[in-house]
Amino acid sequence: MFTLKLRTFLIFVTLALFSNAAFGQAPKLGKPITAADLSEWDINILPDGTGLPPGSGTPADGARVYAAKCAVCHGPEAKGGANARLVGGEPIKSMDSEKTIANFWPFSTTLFDYIRRAMPFRQPRSLTNEEVYALTAYILSLNKLIGENDTMNAQTLPKVRMPNRDGFLIRFPDKTP
Amino acid sequence: MTPHEKAKRELERLAPVAGNGLLHRRAFLRGGATLAGAMSAYRLVPSASAQKLADDPWSLAPGAAVPDYGVRSRFENKVVRTLSNPKAEPRTQHARTPHHLLNGTFTPNALHFVISHAGDPDIDPDKHRLVIHGLVKQPLVFTLDTLSRYPMVSRMAFVECGGNSAPMFSNEPIQASVQALHGLVSCSEWTGVPLSSLLEEAGIDAKAKWIVAEGADAPHLSRSVPLAKALDDAMIALYQNGERVMPGNGYPMRLLLPGWEGNMNIKWVRRLQVTDQPGMTFYEARTYAPILPGGKAYRFYFIQEVKSFITHPSPGLALSGPGFYEISGIAYSGNGRISKVMVSADGGQTWAQAALQGPVHSKAFTRFRVPWRWDGGPVVLQSRAWDEAGNMQPTRSELVAARGQTARPPAVTGFPSQHYNAITSWAIERGGEVRNVYA
Repeated sequence: MFTLKLRTFLIFVTLALFSNAAFGQAPKLGKPITAADLSEWDINILPDGTGLPPGSGTPADGARVYAAKCAVCHGPEAKGGANARLVGGEPIKSMDSEKTIANFWPFSTTLFDYIRRAMPFRQPRSLTNEEVYALTAYILSLNKLIGENDTMNAQTLPKVRMPNRDGFLIRFPDKTP
Repeated sequence: MTPHEKAKRELERLAPVAGNGLLHRRAFLRGGATLAGAMSAYRLVPSASAQKLADDPWSLAPGAAVPDYGVRSRFENKVVRTLSNPKAEPRTQHARTPHHLLNGTFTPNALHFVISHAGDPDIDPDKHRLVIHGLVKQPLVFTLDTLSRYPMVSRMAFVECGGNSAPMFSNEPIQASVQALHGLVSCSEWTGVPLSSLLEEAGIDAKAKWIVAEGADAPHLSRSVPLAKALDDAMIALYQNGERVMPGNGYPMRLLLPGWEGNMNIKWVRRLQVTDQPGMTFYEARTYAPILPGGKAYRFYFIQEVKSFITHPSPGLALSGPGFYEISGIAYSGNGRISKVMVSADGGQTWAQAALQGPVHSKAFTRFRVPWRWDGGPVVLQSRAWDEAGNMQPTRSELVAARGQTARPPAVTGFPSQHYNAITSWAIERGGEVRNVYA
């Protein structure tokens, strides 16, 4: 009788322990991190401009940075070299069309985000925010999407409307918030 | 009459269930091992004829020392991935899985496909960090050591590049191996921490809709994932087929999104920013947005849809003459379990149901098999898969009508479009050679 009660008790204790550890709550071992401590990594630029840093740049500034750091792969005046051209592009007609910034990219913010996180190929994260703004301005200007004297900064860049902004269909609307 | 001859005669009497000699999926099983003895092998090299047996050198002296980390037989050294950029020039590198030289449903770690957009980083696991921040109550940072103390889950899951099978968009069939055509998909058992438990620990803000995930590789590759997927079956995977994730697959940790586009399964994952909007990152805004006929393009083609292809036989794996063969291949769907695979030997006019190797896991490779008696004449082999959600693998003409094809054949390593999941057709000529055809 006593043994049976003890056994029942032990089963309850075991269940309680396991339901907590194995099936219920995770151990909560994440350490709080401050905005200052993650600032070096906090590099996402969202299409509404969220995340764009202070600073600015012009096409003329960008031309100098481009010649020094980008032309080796993307060719003089961004016309293409070992890697993709960054200027021009015929209208998109089919899968045979070449996707370019001017004919395909829907958001100007993607340019800043991608240059800053991934370029130059051999030295990513080596550009200053000023240089990234300048390169963004230079490429947009070469593609006649902004004027050649326009300045790009956190306010002006998200307002640049890309030609193919509305060229997309959502593949799975029920899965896409 | 020997049992072998008897078995073979019994098989020869079996009526095919579909054109050009496809047999019932259990025909070999019913006859036991003797029937299997009648089977022919696919050939990579001519096979030697039978001769008098004798002890070979390896049977006459002790063998080599057992290594601390196993390596395969030196006779298997040709079973390798094919590399698109072996000198690591400044562009993407692709390593494709040799499906025609493997069997079963798991891909060995060293043969799992890899696409690295700027090489594989050499990450010190003690210095790696995973940050969750953005629209959360408390931004958190995790180390590999802390994640290793969380309750874990294991599951089978395929990972497939959105551009796998892209050569099939060619207007003319490209003659290449199944490795070149379909080698950017692999399947593993992944073990790790459910992402939902980490997100809940950080506390999700009511405005949250997306997560922008980022890797610690040189391009800091980033993709946006709907929050609902992150809370459903997403995992921070630490182990691949029982050992730590391979460097090319994200060591020491990767985001696993079962059934979803490979590029979204961020390798070397170091940061998850919870947001109210997608990042419209380079790879979702530009690269993995397939252009449709007319010039519009699909955005957020998340799911790798139901698909199958025959690996045995396939181009480069020829038949060694008329006789009995097992046709086999792999099927998978990002929408759940494979429910049925049908195989045709007459270009889709008649079909036989294939046996599915169990257990059939959701969003994982399922191997299918069907016995076949080849009479030596020309045939066209096809497989077609269905998933438990009711999706049917499309024919190539159905897919081309919806998605288009190229005007001229592209390079076999090119990516004219993405998300090709239509039927693959292998033609077999009288000599037993296998060719890629459109049927």
